[in-house]
Amino acid sequence: MEHTSLIERILRGIALALVVVFFMFPLLWIFLMSFQTNETILSIPPQLFFTPTLQNYTALITGKLTSAAGTLDIAFMRNLWNSVFLSVTSVAVSLLLGVPAAYAFARHKFRGSEDIAFTLLSFRFAPPLLVLLPLTLYFQQLGLANTYFGLVWVYQLICLPLILWIVRGYFEDISADVEYAYRIAGHSWFATFRKIALPLAGPGIAAAGLLAFIFAWNNFVFALVLASADKQPVTVGALAFVTASGIQYGQIAAAIVLSIAPTLALALYAQRYLVEGLSLGAVKG
Amino acid sequence: MPAVVPTARRRSGLRISKRALPYVLSLPALLVCIGILVPFFAAVLYSFQRYRLSQPWNRQYNWGENYLNFFTDPGFWNTLRVSLVYAGSTVVLELLLGLGIALLLQKRTRLNNFISIMLLMPLMTAPALAALMWKLMTNPGFGVLSYLAGLVGLQDFRWASSPSTALFTVVLVDIWVYTPFIMILLLAGLRSLPTQPFEAAALDGVPRSFVFFRITLPMLMPYILTATLFRLLDSIQQFDIIYAMTQGGPGDTLTVFQVEAYLNFFQSTNVGRSAALLMILWVITYFLSFVFIKNWLRLRERARGEA
Repeated sequence: MEHTSLIERILRGIALALVVVFFMFPLLWIFLMSFQTNETILSIPPQLFFTPTLQNYTALITGKLTSAAGTLDIAFMRNLWNSVFLSVTSVAVSLLLGVPAAYAFARHKFRGSEDIAFTLLSFRFAPPLLVLLPLTLYFQQLGLANTYFGLVWVYQLICLPLILWIVRGYFEDISADVEYAYRIAGHSWFATFRKIALPLAGPGIAAAGLLAFIFAWNNFVFALVLASADKQPVTVGALAFVTASGIQYGQIAAAIVLSIAPTLALALYAQRYLVEGLSLGAVKG
Repeated sequence: MPAVVPTARRRSGLRISKRALPYVLSLPALLVCIGILVPFFAAVLYSFQRYRLSQPWNRQYNWGENYLNFFTDPGFWNTLRVSLVYAGSTVVLELLLGLGIALLLQKRTRLNNFISIMLLMPLMTAPALAALMWKLMTNPGFGVLSYLAGLVGLQDFRWASSPSTALFTVVLVDIWVYTPFIMILLLAGLRSLPTQPFEAAALDGVPRSFVFFRITLPMLMPYILTATLFRLLDSIQQFDIIYAMTQGGPGDTLTVFQVEAYLNFFQSTNVGRSAALLMILWVITYFLSFVFIKNWLRLRERARGEA
């Protein structure tokens, strides 16, 4: 459609500009806010030009919040560490458990395999609180309440279905003939899995792992229900931080920036995998 | 294939028969999930009990009472109404907006590709943190959006803290986070459509509205369906945005299913009612995901068959 009129092109340009402003403005504004002192934040009308300060970030990193009322300890770095630890561990465990299972589902149409695969997928769509609320009571009895072990276990509900379904799709796309040939040459199934199937599905496994990491990092409700302050990731910690820090808005903004930067960076880095991953491969074809 | 014998080779050290292999491979993943299934059955039982954490001695089965009470409970009907309005309005608005943006970005130019990557950023922001961002922007004291609302004559527009605009505000945040999801799915769909029908229509001078409604839209339908059902399932269960923004308030304005169940459990410690609410939500999502998975399988097969 080359013969578009000038008016139409202008209208398209305006529409695109509005779209970009709507979706980018909040991120930009919070980013700017994180370099402002409370005085510039509170000034009316809001300022676009100001002398940037790093005091919000230094306060978060040193863990000392100085205000008129005195110094207050803030545990935000602890939350950030919890996010890193929980996400990385959960994804690692998920890959360890999920990749072999995905291979089994893709290669062997054994009895009940579709049913099991669907059951696992249905976890992705069940209301999380349905499982989480009874789990709080069980975890207290089992001594798993507020432990990293318990949290990583429950995080499998986020990561495992995702990895299972995406990686299964990748294994299905690899022709089984290569594997047969390798096995006829006298190699074990494990050697075949490790030397042939895993490298060929490598990009898919990486994409699934990245996406699972982002979902684990962004999760809110699991840790809100199961973790207390010292185990909470940034999503929950930031909410508590808002009430704790009162009116230190610059620090809240800086905390938000630090909390969303890792997932945004990963997403931009791996953006071409995201479309397939986000829809669990539903649009592949 | 003589070498693929049903017994594992001696050299591998792992002696697993071929029949057992798939079970052995998928067993660990299954075991982890079965551990999670126990609380699910517990939730089913709780929903049939009178069970308050504050009065453990009163705990007993009352069978359908929790569910029967819903019929005469205005709180429940409010929850159902708010959840449906929230899910309906977010999905419809995001679909229209996402489709519009996908059409704007359809041509593969550098600028369009760049913009579509930028638009991923809201989607990758944790919804709870996105709600906090918007909370800062709509703060009555210094929020930039409150200031802008004042400029266009909406003095004292109170966003999430007023019952009349709270729903609008959380829907806006949901749109900000999730429209890009629909956009990238539909963009992938648009760009994968075959070009011949469009070239033929252009040759014949068919009006563009006709092309859109009779060619583009029907061919895009599988993608629209996938996106809609994905979003519908997430949206009816929305918790993060609403809880982080208003914790279900002001009053009971935004007590959608999961928020209401959470508050019932932790504030009024009414485990029975909380579980019954979640069971109803689960039935709704199960029904939706059943429809979704059936359609999805058909689409997957069709896509594979054509490819």
